[in-house]
Amino acid sequence: MAYSEKVIDHYTNPRNVGTLDKASHKVGTGLVGAPECGDVMRLQIQVDDNNVITDAKFKTFGCGSAIASSSLATEWLKGKSIDDAMKIDNMDIVEELALPPVKIHCSVLAEDAIKAAINDYRVKNGMEPIASEKVHH
Amino acid sequence: MNIPVYLDNNATTPMDPRVLEAMLPYFVEKFGNAASRNHPFGWVAEEAVDYAREQVAKLIGASEKEIIFTSGATESDNLAIKGVFEMYKEKGNHIITTVTEHKAVLDACKHVEKMGGRVTYLPVKEDGLVDLEVLESSMTPDTILVSIMYGNNEIGVIQPIKEIAAIAHKHGALMMTDAVQAVGKIPVDVNRDGIDLLALSAHKIYGPKGVGALYVRRKGPRVKVTAQMDGGGHERGMRSGTLNVPGIVGLGKACELCMQEMESEAKRLSVLRDKLQTSLTVLEESYVNGNVEHRLPHVANISFKYVEGEGLMMAMKDLAVSSGSACTSASLEPSYVLKSLGLSDDLAHSSIRFGLGRFTTEEEVDYAIEVTKKSVTHLRELSPLWEMFKEGIDLDSIEWAEH
Repeated sequence: MAYSEKVIDHYTNPRNVGTLDKASHKVGTGLVGAPECGDVMRLQIQVDDNNVITDAKFKTFGCGSAIASSSLATEWLKGKSIDDAMKIDNMDIVEELALPPVKIHCSVLAEDAIKAAINDYRVKNGMEPIASEKVHH
Repeated sequence: MNIPVYLDNNATTPMDPRVLEAMLPYFVEKFGNAASRNHPFGWVAEEAVDYAREQVAKLIGASEKEIIFTSGATESDNLAIKGVFEMYKEKGNHIITTVTEHKAVLDACKHVEKMGGRVTYLPVKEDGLVDLEVLESSMTPDTILVSIMYGNNEIGVIQPIKEIAAIAHKHGALMMTDAVQAVGKIPVDVNRDGIDLLALSAHKIYGPKGVGALYVRRKGPRVKVTAQMDGGGHERGMRSGTLNVPGIVGLGKACELCMQEMESEAKRLSVLRDKLQTSLTVLEESYVNGNVEHRLPHVANISFKYVEGEGLMMAMKDLAVSSGSACTSASLEPSYVLKSLGLSDDLAHSSIRFGLGRFTTEEEVDYAIEVTKKSVTHLRELSPLWEMFKEGIDLDSIEWAEH
């Protein structure tokens, strides 16, 4: 299968690879997927006092599209409020990276990781977690 | 050195230029139909086919009358399994095979089940080999065929065919083997091994695609298969269809070259393969899949834990290899062969198969080592699982959200 240029770009030069201090109350961590399914994403956000995401990091075990999806997600997260970040839809990722149908689950995983990271942050800071209205799988 | 480096010789092999040279006259100049008995055009074609039949037979220790030309090993497997079932179903309806067979065998067996047959799919041991005691205890008076592959396409393990055949014969069953990966790579002899039917393919031994053969024993016992295609009764009535003369000439030449070069090639390739394997298993948490003693000389299947196979192949884009990762298969399931060794799904996802071949050079192997090491290290830096492993977190203790 041929990959789109954008997937190759994110895969070759992944943005924001790394680890934030998951013990910090300013950091939200989302760990989604499963090793036996062939992809695991860990996405972390650093949030300031105004609930704006100032930094985002990821590490992903998975195929090129999974790595590219999480790399792109971290780029999009930076500078967004956690409310706006919650609105990122997996289909935006599919469109941006021109993912083929067989790779749509990679974008779903990235969206799940974003929501899991935001909810982790919300719970840590005394807010209710937001239930995802979408059922993907 | 040509980039990308081709290390996927279990999938297919490049054609040897000497094979092409042998084939070329049979396209335009010597175009005759081997079944045309009444003019020189037909005679020339028939003579070429007869010669090829001898070349193929010689490589597996058979007689030329026992070679049926087909379109490839998938057809040979189908003809052998369905053909034996149809021919011998009055005698019994039971076939034994293994879970690690090629899909051509497994799916032909599924077809037999639909036709009223009963099939036992034997498990394999952790090293990929068949447990002979389990085989023996699975034999019944109704067993008409045991079909077990010679060398496995994914992990390269070589089954104890001679011992398997002895068990089959003791219980009155025929012995069939899909020997696509073994023929031309290691010595295969139908009489020494006690094989009654054997499938082989040209494109795995530096010949052309679209041609193969089925060996069908003629003496002790005389084996018959019911034709799976109706037509002019070619190939002793077992396989109708005008013979693919240039393809058959190519298969014959490919067999002849293997006969001459197999021994030295096996030595050369096992040295290169061992170098590759030794250099790559230096990496932490890397595991060789399958038995390493009873193994084809040119294959190494290695899992690099905490790295996903398709992602790894993308990083190693200058190497043509294959992976047991689900992402590379149409079914989105990780390799059933690796899973049947008892490998966990995550290790199956992390596997890479290196298949060396006649045109593989040491320089290419060195390059493959360097690229693989670099890519595995790079992807582990990106892998949350690797980080957790390094922190001493037991990954099995985490409740993963299955998706």
